[in-house]
Amino acid sequence: MKHWKTVVTAAAFALASSTAAMAARTDLVLGMPLEPPHLDPTAGAAAAIDEVLYANVFEGLTRIGSRGEVLPDLAESWTISDDGKVYTFKLHTGVKFHDGSDFDASDVKFSLDRARGENSVNAQKGLFAAIDTVEVVDPSTVKVTLKNPLGSFLYNLGWGDAVIVAPDSADTNKEKPIGTGPFKFQNWAKGSSITLVKADGYWGDPIALDKAEFRIIPDAAAAIPALLSGDVQALPNFALGDALAQVKADPRFKVVIGTTEGETVLATNNKRPPFDKLKVRQAIAHAIDRKALIDGATGGLGTPIGSHFAPHNPAYVDLTGTYPHDLAKAKELLKEAGLPDGFKATLKLPPVGYARQGGEIIASQLREIGVDLQIIPVEWADWLKQVFTDKDYDLSIVSHTEPNDIDIYARKDYYFNYDNPAFNKVIDELNLTSDETKRTELYKQAQTILADDAVNGFLFELPKVGIWDAKVEGLWENSPIQANDLTKVKWAD
Amino acid sequence: MTAYLLKRLLIGMVTLGVASVVVFLMLEVVPGDPARLMLGMNASDAQVELLRDQMGLNQPLVVRYLTWAGGLLSLDFGKSYTYSVPVIDLIKERLVVSFPLAIIALTLSTLIAIPVGLFAAARRGKAADTAAMAVAQVGVAMPNFWFALLLVYVFAVWLRLVPAGGFPGWGNGVWPALKALILPAMALALPQAAILARVTRAALIEVLSEDYIRTARAKGMPMRAVLWRHALRNAMIPVLTIMGLQFAFLLAGTIIIENVFYLPGLGRLVFQAITQRDLIVVESVVMLLVAAVVVVNLLVDLSYAVVDPRLRTRQ
Repeated sequence: MKHWKTVVTAAAFALASSTAAMAARTDLVLGMPLEPPHLDPTAGAAAAIDEVLYANVFEGLTRIGSRGEVLPDLAESWTISDDGKVYTFKLHTGVKFHDGSDFDASDVKFSLDRARGENSVNAQKGLFAAIDTVEVVDPSTVKVTLKNPLGSFLYNLGWGDAVIVAPDSADTNKEKPIGTGPFKFQNWAKGSSITLVKADGYWGDPIALDKAEFRIIPDAAAAIPALLSGDVQALPNFALGDALAQVKADPRFKVVIGTTEGETVLATNNKRPPFDKLKVRQAIAHAIDRKALIDGATGGLGTPIGSHFAPHNPAYVDLTGTYPHDLAKAKELLKEAGLPDGFKATLKLPPVGYARQGGEIIASQLREIGVDLQIIPVEWADWLKQVFTDKDYDLSIVSHTEPNDIDIYARKDYYFNYDNPAFNKVIDELNLTSDETKRTELYKQAQTILADDAVNGFLFELPKVGIWDAKVEGLWENSPIQANDLTKVKWAD
Repeated sequence: MTAYLLKRLLIGMVTLGVASVVVFLMLEVVPGDPARLMLGMNASDAQVELLRDQMGLNQPLVVRYLTWAGGLLSLDFGKSYTYSVPVIDLIKERLVVSFPLAIIALTLSTLIAIPVGLFAAARRGKAADTAAMAVAQVGVAMPNFWFALLLVYVFAVWLRLVPAGGFPGWGNGVWPALKALILPAMALALPQAAILARVTRAALIEVLSEDYIRTARAKGMPMRAVLWRHALRNAMIPVLTIMGLQFAFLLAGTIIIENVFYLPGLGRLVFQAITQRDLIVVESVVMLLVAAVVVVNLLVDLSYAVVDPRLRTRQ
């Protein structure tokens, strides 16, 4: 019925207007499995927040593009001093926040100072740690001075956690987000949907959509009928599992399998015996059959990885051959480590499909070399407490979805309990280098050290499974950062 | 009658008090930190500690209990940790979905169950009775999410009569909102109706063997009139008890159906709050449900008095 109404309305429009372009739809309903806890990207780690607001409602000085590249956003251009410590940003003028107030350099200073301030609860406060001062030169120029050169600084500013907010609305963004983007927030029916509409007088390239609604659909079994009935026209990132087969062959929809920044690892407690022995970790690496794992845990859609790095990154090296699947070698290594009969350990699994299914497969693969894993399913909150905070675990499976996060292995007291001065040195050097060729070289070194040390079992890159109406264009294929950028989305016709 | 009512009320109050302590303490021992969940894996411990302070989680246990329980008395449920809005607003938003849904489902279930129960009881042991009870058995055994998906495929995907899920809100008109509730109400009502029909039939059969029924029949009263006027009324007590229990269940125990139809109901609010360790929301909703059960039980007790005049005069 609804469908017919749309058709009739569209037909009426087509008749009334001489331009055929009027017939193209300008609204889009997207389904997402998790609801954001609030709508402020600068105050929470939940991916769902950025998936609604990034690039749509909020903008930063820079932004990350669909291939993971750094693009200018509110900053039109910038210069970097020769010592790599002073960044001078030239801002776009005539930019307004959705409440009508003007955007200028003071908002940039406010946002950056707020994010790095003493009372900041920004979930990625580390992004701003290198900033020494932020100065307003004139209304359209900002000078940021760093304590030390930081090669990834422009990339850092492109994160959702670094978007520019206005002093007047910063405290209420959780409920009523006010940004500078091409969409403004309209309504949030909690538990149900979040609606964005086209903002008037947007400073940048005009957008094609008038309205976008993010509908919360927690269950894959419900998402498919929602798509089939036309209620929802896109599921940009949905772990559909077996339900995918149902729509794969349907010509009305496009199925797009892309990559993400989610390195899925068999997280290993490097300080807890016997995992403190390199030979034991190597044995585990040799015992893992990535192909079987990827088939079972992601329906064959994941990409194998040999270190903690995304395959779509230009600096990626394929290290999956470091410890190839070789049971004889694995048993040999265990014997050399003084554990000829294998050992018992626990495997704590968070409540996500790839971990729960992958865990069963890993356990059966390790059983082949005499490693007997007891599977302990835990909730997220519990996982964060036991595994991440208290480091009370042997093994776990989890996907690290932050982009470019190889530096977590250099963090003190991180839950892998890994500490390698040689690796830390590479990361320190990386932070001080802005030359792209040198950075690539250092990234390669870092990847190789982690692979050789078999810090974790490096399993696969999480796939992004997207399905949308075949007439919808411009949605991202890959997910270099967690976002549903709708600025280039339009309906064909 | 007044003494009886007062006694029931007092029991209800004590239940609520005890429940508040139990609920609060139970959630205290659940591992997990809402602040850490909020900030994720890249935040430092110092930041998590700061957010805990802001959320008021670092206050002593007794202080937190008293603040919360004291607030409950004045219907101030506190502020959600994750949503940072008053809990009462969250609950209200969900109740406008869950409450009408429960009412519609219960009405549907009653409209199906009572006639089926009467029909089967009147034909006890005959083929029609066996058939009706066999269908009811299927209704009880059928997984409701499966039935729900079946309804979605038929009415939303194939016939396109109703949306596949979601809730447009009452602000956009009563009809669209009702349309969104029809399928979930049907999915919820069928298994409940099956149970209720069986209970109705069993209660009627017991009543039908009473002397006064034989007397009524002997004086020439038609079977239909005997069933409706004498038997059903006397069989109502077990039926009402089950209906009371079903209503409490329908109000919040419907998480599976809410997920299939992605309805923003109370069940999903609790579920989400538990996974995000939004303890204050969990505590408050659970207390609300305890209160609902207490009230429904009170109403059921009162309705006994309505259907059975002896209860009115005896006390």
